[in-house]
This record gives sequence, structure tokens and C-alpha cells, in this order.
Amino acid sequence: MSGQTLYDKLWQNHLIEARDDGSALIYIDLQLIHEVTSPQAFEGLRLAGRKPWRRDAILAVPDHNISTDSAERAAGVAAIADPVSRLQVQTLDENCADFDLVKFEMNDVRQGIVHVVGPEQGATLPGMTVVCGDSHTSTHGALGALAHGIGTSEVEHVLATQTLIQKKMKNMLVRIDGQLQPGVTAKDVALAVIGKIGTAGGTGCAIEFGGQVIRDMSMEGRMTLCNMSIEAGARAGMVAVDDTTIDYVKGRPYAPAGEMWDVAVSAWRELHSDPDAQFDTVVELAGEEIKPQVTWGTSPEMVVPVDGSVPDPAAFSDATRRAAATRALEYMGLAAGTPITDIKLDRVFIGSCTNSRIEDLRAAAAVVKGRRVADSIKQAMVVPGSGQVKKQAEAEGLDRIFIDAGLEWREPGCSMCLAMNADKLGAGEHCASTSNRNFEGRQGFGGRTHLVSPAMAAAAAVAGHFVDVRDWKEV
Amino acid sequence: MKAFTVENGLVAPMDRANVDTDLIIPKQFLKSIKRSGFGPNLFDELRYLDEGQPGQDCSARPINPEFPLNFPRYAGASILLARENFGCGSSREHAPWALEDYGFRCIIAPSFADIFYNNCFKNGLLPIELDVQLVDRLFGEMYASEGYQLTVDLQRQRVVTPSGEEIAFEVDAFRRHCLLEGLDDIGLTLQREDAIRAFEAQWRERSPWLFDAIR
Ligand code: SF4
Repeated sequence: MSGQTLYDKLWQNHLIEARDDGSALIYIDLQLIHEVTSPQAFEGLRLAGRKPWRRDAILAVPDHNISTDSAERAAGVAAIADPVSRLQVQTLDENCADFDLVKFEMNDVRQGIVHVVGPEQGATLPGMTVVCGDSHTSTHGALGALAHGIGTSEVEHVLATQTLIQKKMKNMLVRIDGQLQPGVTAKDVALAVIGKIGTAGGTGCAIEFGGQVIRDMSMEGRMTLCNMSIEAGARAGMVAVDDTTIDYVKGRPYAPAGEMWDVAVSAWRELHSDPDAQFDTVVELAGEEIKPQVTWGTSPEMVVPVDGSVPDPAAFSDATRRAAATRALEYMGLAAGTPITDIKLDRVFIGSCTNSRIEDLRAAAAVVKGRRVADSIKQAMVVPGSGQVKKQAEAEGLDRIFIDAGLEWREPGCSMCLAMNADKLGAGEHCASTSNRNFEGRQGFGGRTHLVSPAMAAAAAVAGHFVDVRDWKEV
Repeated sequence: MKAFTVENGLVAPMDRANVDTDLIIPKQFLKSIKRSGFGPNLFDELRYLDEGQPGQDCSARPINPEFPLNFPRYAGASILLARENFGCGSSREHAPWALEDYGFRCIIAPSFADIFYNNCFKNGLLPIELDVQLVDRLFGEMYASEGYQLTVDLQRQRVVTPSGEEIAFEVDAFRRHCLLEGLDDIGLTLQREDAIRAFEAQWRERSPWLFDAIR
């Protein structure tokens, strides 16, 4: 018998029972909750006269439609200008109060984007099953956890039963060997992988990211990578536990301490694929060959290296892809053959659960330090992923660097990643964004999103158009 | 949940690949705290020429005459014919809620995104995966004949075309059972409460740090 993959182990550890029809009941260790996908689940729970199964397995935080403006934020929930947003945040407050659940208030320093908060607080731990009514829950897999997004009915199911009905996924290994070039980041790796396998390439799979590039990668980078696995169609992405993981978890508020810490660490050391484990699919990329990536279309798979150009739809042999590319160019207002570095930008957004951690902000700050945002840029904003990230960045003086360079320094939240609050693109505007989705209208009606890394977004803010950050000289 | 047995209905096209959940139901409508009422905003950015706002009366909005669902010939359709990777993107269950509220009961496509596929079954909506060439042929037949209808028989796992041709489809046995009976998953799972408690006890023994940390 061959060995087990990391996913096999996580699955096996949480399997309550397998059914004849191939479905299984698995146990869930942590459910993260935010205001958008939970109200209907709580309502369902109430209607059926049920209660959460385990309140110590739940952590709630508002993030999606709260304001990132300091003044509006300081005035509290009652002051959220949009009444529909306000009601949603208030509903989360009420539900958590009614069911006695731990929730970080909007202005608590621990508040932030749910996928930044979980790992940061040590709520997400290696070896866990983690769910959230949000597809980017895959982020938490970076800690060696099985983490995936669920729908609202499943949110209710987990609240009521602490379990999920699941079918075992297939095992996919994405191995990135070698080393990344300077200026190339986890975001570029994620986009390069999606460019290679497509947005449906990982459908039905749990992806494990491995290889030297991943071993050398920080936890922040691993989270960026796992975050984007859903953009490759995979509900879950994960990375094996190593010293980097354990050092990251140590000392976090909800992480075990003392003797319990040592017991936990010895269990976590098992969380890797066995050397003889079999994967259903293996995808390989060479680290050296990955360049900074920029998306040109309306799907994350529509991506090219920064030194490339907008492709000609006629070059796609597949009719469906050709039609999609044609429509994407029309929506994006781009002509085939345009060099990526000629694309002019209107706004720049640095933030989201993909790229709003301290390392992301450091990378962006290093690029803009001592420079100014181009006059042609209407707005460039930096939205830290959490209150903790914001505090840390301010302690390092990053906020000053951004403000001096002409970028806005905002309060934590999802912000322009999906534009449920006031932060959005105008129709036809091009945005260099560190978020994860460039779908039509994602960042605002008619808005045109280009997904990039934080360093690339920062360089684009200064230049007013895309530039290859590998050529960037510090001043 | 509404049970699904046999659906005989008009077929409408969503003729593009990678239809994402932002396209199915744009984010501004996710602010609702209800489960119903999303139908008028299904495919909002394609259906209307202006930008939709939650709570707005959609009947007065300018409609996009080029969007097929606005064609009289597809009015009242209950089966949606779609392309690869339908429902990709976010986990929002508002997407199946919007499709269901609009009147769709069944979506036929060569492939679906995982979370969306799963969410459909929780809401009485049947996603059917058929071979890409077959779907292509159905698109052709539908475009060629106005009033094109299909019969979807979940019990027999068959799609029946107007010519009487029967196309078999696969569906997971448990999901099929729940959909046929209109069963609520939670109630079913709670029948296994003892097994869950037993698992939990040994898991707590093995991994005590996973318990009682958040309070
Ligand atoms: S930052 Fe964007 S992708 Fe992440 S949870 Fe918020 S809305 Fe979703």
C-alpha cells in the first residue's frame, strides 16, 4: 500500500463515517463567520429551534461591507452610511449575542478580513478542518489544515451538527522547484499556476503545494498561494507543516501553550505527505521561469507575464475560449497585441485576503518609498488585512511611507476586493489590484481589474502604468 | 426544501463559459439578510442596462434587449443550458437562490464549479453534467426550434428531448435521494448524533488543544 498524502491524513483524522454511496460525514474543528453569508443560516437555526453545537469552535468577525474610512469607522456600527450594509453588520452582532459566540467588534484591533484574522489569532491551527461561508477559506490550508469554503446551507449544517457531508476530493500536487527571481512573489506563483491549469484545472481536487519554492516561502506567501487555489477551481489548497509553520503559530492568542504546545507540535510534525504518497495529478513549474504576472481579462486564467502583451483571441484554438477572450477584451477595452506595460491605470488597490498581510505591505512600501504616485492615478489605496497588521505596519512606519507617496492608508476590511462598501471602481476604470478576482463588475460596475502582486501594484501606482518590478531601482 | 422529481420545461441559454457567481448575482444584492427575492436580480449586469441597487423595483429598469433571457421566446424557462465551469467564483448561496427564485429548477452544463454544484442541491435545484459535445448539440437544437422543451426525470436519471431521445446522467445517490424527497440535510445528520458525539470524544482525547480555546 502506498503512503498517504497530507489531504488523505487530514480527511482520515476527521472522518466520522463513510457511507455506501461515497459520501462521508466529517468533523469540523473551526467555523469562521462573517456578516454576508451567515444571516440566513442563523435564521434557519432559529426556525428549527436549534443551537450551535460547539460555541468554542466558532469565531465571527465583520469584514465584507464595513467602511474603511477612519472617520466613518470611528463612529461605530450605527454610523455605517449604507442602511443595508448596516443591517447586515447589526444582524451579525445580534446573532452572536443571542447565541453567545465570540465575535471581534468592528473597531477591535483584532478585527480584519476573516482569512487574515483566523491564522493571525491562532484560531486556525495545523491539522484542523476549517470552514467558512466564503470561498477563500482555502487560505487557511497554508497552515497544514483542510480548509474550504461552504454555502450558507452548509454554514447552518456545521452550526447545528459540527459536521459536513462531503465527498472525498482527488489529490493534486503542484510542485514548484528551484528558486524565485527577486521581485517575484507568491502572488505571481499563484497566477502562473492558474494560467497553466486554468480556472477549472483543480475542480474536484484538493491541491497540495510543494517543492523548494514553497519550502522557502513565508507563511504569508503560503497563505496567498492557498488563497488563490479556489481561483484554480480547487476548494482546498494546502502546504505541509514545517518549522516555518510552527514558528508562525507559536505564541498566537488561541494557540496551545506550555505542555500542550509540545504535544500539539509532535502531532503536527506528521502533517505532510508520505514520500511514497500517490497523487492523481501532478503539475510542475520551475521557480526560475516564473515572471511577475498581470491579468488582462475577466478570469484569473487570462494572465500573462508583465513583459508579454494582450493576446489575440484568434490565437486560441478552442472556440469557447476564443469567444471568452473576445468578450473579455471588449469588456476590458483592450486591443490584442497591446504590451502589458502600456496599460494605463486609473486606480490602485493594495489589500484583500490575498495580499494584505504585513509582508505584502512591506513589499509595497519598499517600492514606493521616496517616490510619488503618478498624477494620472485618481486613487491608490492601501487597506491592511486586520487591525493587527495595521498596528504593526504603523510601528514600522509603513503608513508614513504610503501617505508621503500619496497613497491612502485605510481601516481594515475587504474593501475594493468586492466593492460591497463605498470603495469601488467607476465604469471603464482600470485598476491594478492585489485581490483575487478580475470578474466583470467585481470591483464596481464596469470596472476593469488587473490582478498583480503588491510590489507590482505599488510600482504601477508610481509609474501610472504597469512596469516590471524586477527592473525597479530603490531610491 | 422543494422536492425534485420530474421537470418538463422550456430551455433557455446562458451561452458562455466560466459564468461566475458575481455574474449570476452581483455583490450589492448579497447585503440582504433574507433567502428569497433574488430572482429579479439574477444576471443583473447582463439583464439590465443600468447598475442595479438592492431593494429597487426592477420592472421600471431599462432592460438589455440583447440578453437572451429577455427574449420573449425564453420567458418562463425552467431549464438553463450553460457552458463549462458554470458557477465558478464565490461560495455565495445567493447564486442558486437567485436561479431558483427566477424559476429555474435545472441547469445543464458540461461542468460546474464545486461549491456552486453543491449549493444547488441544498436548494431544490438540479445541476446536470453532460458531455460537452452533447451540450453543444442541445444548444443547437434549442436555437433551431422556438419553444424547445426538455423533460428531466431525476428518478430515472434521464433527460428526454422533444424527439424522444433519452440521455442518461450521473448524480450522486445521496444527493439524488435528498432531492427526490425534499429532505433537510441537518435533520438527517442529527440522526447520527451518537456517532458524532463518539467521534468528538476521541478527537478531544487526541487533540485537546482544539477544544475550549475560543470562548
Ligand atoms: S478580501 Fe475579498 S476575497 Fe477575501 S474574503 Fe473579503 S471579499 Fe472575499
